[in-house]
Amino acid sequence: MRALVLFLLLFAALPVRAEEVIAGLSQNRVSLTVNFEGSEILIFGAVRRESPLPEESRLDVVVAVEGPPMPAVIWRKARRAGIWVNAERQDVRAAPSFYAVAATAPLREILSPEADLTYRISTRLAIFEARGTVDVRDPAAFTEALIRIREREGLYQQRDDAVELERDTLFSTRITLPKNIVEGRYAARIFLLREGDVIDEFETFIDVRKAVLERWLYNLAFEQPVLYGLLSLALAVFFGWGAAALFRLVRN
Amino acid sequence: MQIYLPIAETSVNAFTLLGVGGGVGVLSGMFGVGGGFLITPLLFFIGVPPAVAVATGVNQVVASSISGVLAHLKRKTVDLRMGMVLLTGGLIGSLIGIWFFNLMQRLGQIDLIVQLSYVIFLGIIGALMFQEALRALMRAKNPNAPRRKLHTHIWVHNLPMKMKFRTSGLYISVFPPLLVGIGVGILAAVMGVGGGFILVPAMIYLLGMPTKVVIGTSLFQVTFVAAFTTMMHAITNQSVDVMLAIFLILGGVIGAQVGTRLGVRLKAEQLRILLALLVLSVSGKIAFDLLWTPAELYSVTLPRQF
Repeated sequence: MRALVLFLLLFAALPVRAEEVIAGLSQNRVSLTVNFEGSEILIFGAVRRESPLPEESRLDVVVAVEGPPMPAVIWRKARRAGIWVNAERQDVRAAPSFYAVAATAPLREILSPEADLTYRISTRLAIFEARGTVDVRDPAAFTEALIRIREREGLYQQRDDAVELERDTLFSTRITLPKNIVEGRYAARIFLLREGDVIDEFETFIDVRKAVLERWLYNLAFEQPVLYGLLSLALAVFFGWGAAALFRLVRN
Repeated sequence: MQIYLPIAETSVNAFTLLGVGGGVGVLSGMFGVGGGFLITPLLFFIGVPPAVAVATGVNQVVASSISGVLAHLKRKTVDLRMGMVLLTGGLIGSLIGIWFFNLMQRLGQIDLIVQLSYVIFLGIIGALMFQEALRALMRAKNPNAPRRKLHTHIWVHNLPMKMKFRTSGLYISVFPPLLVGIGVGILAAVMGVGGGFILVPAMIYLLGMPTKVVIGTSLFQVTFVAAFTTMMHAITNQSVDVMLAIFLILGGVIGAQVGTRLGVRLKAEQLRILLALLVLSVSGKIAFDLLWTPAELYSVTLPRQF
C-alpha cells in the first residue's frame, strides 16, 4: 500500500507530457477461419493536450503493426551445372512474420535515424540477422530480398501518407492483414513525432487466432502426429471408398 | 471462395482445388492411372509449398486407389503373395525416401529434388506413353503388325531365394520384386505419387506377371505404401494438410466417375496421345523453371519447429 502511494506520488510529480496519444482498434481479434481472405483493421485515435497546440513544428503520426517474430533462412540461387539451385544462405534470428508501417509522411523525412534505432520503427530495423554467417557476399542483399519478397506477398507494407491526421488531433489509418498471416499476438505501436523525435508512444495488441477447427487440426498435427495421420487416412478411405459406393448405388 | 489451409498456412481458391482434383480425377478414370504424378506438380503451380504438396498428394493416392483395391480383392485378381513382397519392399523404400526427404528439407534443397525427380520421371513416362500410344494407333490401323512377346525369362529371375507365386504362375527370385517395391516406395515418399506408372510396366515387362493380376496387385501395393507414407510424413515433418486433401479427394472421386464414363465412349488411342503430351508439357514446364534465369534469385524458408 505504501509502495503504491509512493509510486503515485512519484508519478504525479513527473512533468505532464505536453502531448499524449490515445488509440483504439476496430477489432482486437482476428479469426483465421476456413474462408479467411484477409482482414482490414482500422486504427484510430486522438492526441490529448494539456497546453495549447505548439505552432512552431509539424506533428506526425506513425503506426507500426508487427506480427510474431520468427527465425527464417534466406537462400540465394546460383547456376550449378546448368540449373538454378539454392547455393548460399543467410540465417535470420528473428524477422517479423508481418510488418506494416503507415505514416503521415515519408518516414525518412519525419523520423531521425537515432529515434529509429531506439524505437526500431522502419522495416529494416525490425529484422535481426543471425551472427556468424558473414561468409556470404553482400549480406545486406539478403535482408533486402527478404523485405522485397514479403512486400510482394503483402506481409511487409511500408506506406507513407497512409495515416490521416485531422487538425493535429484526430488520426486514423487502415492496415490490411493479408490471407497468408500466421497466428499470434500482433503488436500495434503508435508514435507521435515532432522534429524527428518520438514524443509519445502507445501500444496495443491484436490477437490473431486460427478458428476452432483449424486450430484443433494444427495442434493435432504437431502434438499428436500419429492420431492426425490416422485421421487423414480415415478421411481418405471414407471419401475414396464412400464416393465409389455411392456412385455404384446411384447407377443401380 | 477461398479456403484456409491450416498446415500450408495460406488460403487457396476452393474451386481451383476442386478443379485440380476433378481434372486429374477425370484423367485417372479415363486411363486408369492414379494421377498423383499430376496432382503434386499442379499443386506447386498454384502455390502450395512442395513439402505439403508431396505429403498431401500421397494421402490423396490412398483415397483414389482404395475402392479399386477392394474391387480387385473381391474379384480375386490380386496376387497376394507377390503383393506382400512388393509391399515389404515398398515400406523399406518409403522409409529410405522419408529419411532422404527430411534430410533435403533440412539442407534447403527439397524443392530442387522434388522438381528434378518430376522432370526426369514425367519426361521418361511421357515419352514412353507417347511411343506406346503411337504404336497402338498404328496397330489399330494395321491389324497384321507383329505383336510383342510377353514374359521372357531374363537373368534377374534366376537370382537366389526363388519363390513360387502361384496366382501369377511364376517361380522367380524374390529380389526383383523386392527391388521394384523399394524403388516405388522411394518415389512415393519423395514425389507424393502412388508409383503405379513405374510399378505396372515393371510388373509386366520385368517380372513377367500376367496382365489380369497386374492392376489389382499394383493397387494393393500402392494403397498400403501410400497409407504408410502418409503416416510417416505426418509423424516426421507434419506436412499433411487434411483440409487440402479433402478438397482434392472430393474433386478426384467425382472426376474419376465422370472419367470412367467418358473413357468408355471416347477413342482411347487418340486420348492417350493427349495424356502423353500433357505429361510431357508438365515436365517441360518444371524443367523450364529450373533452367531459365529466375526473376527472383532469393527465396525464404521457415525452419519448422519440432
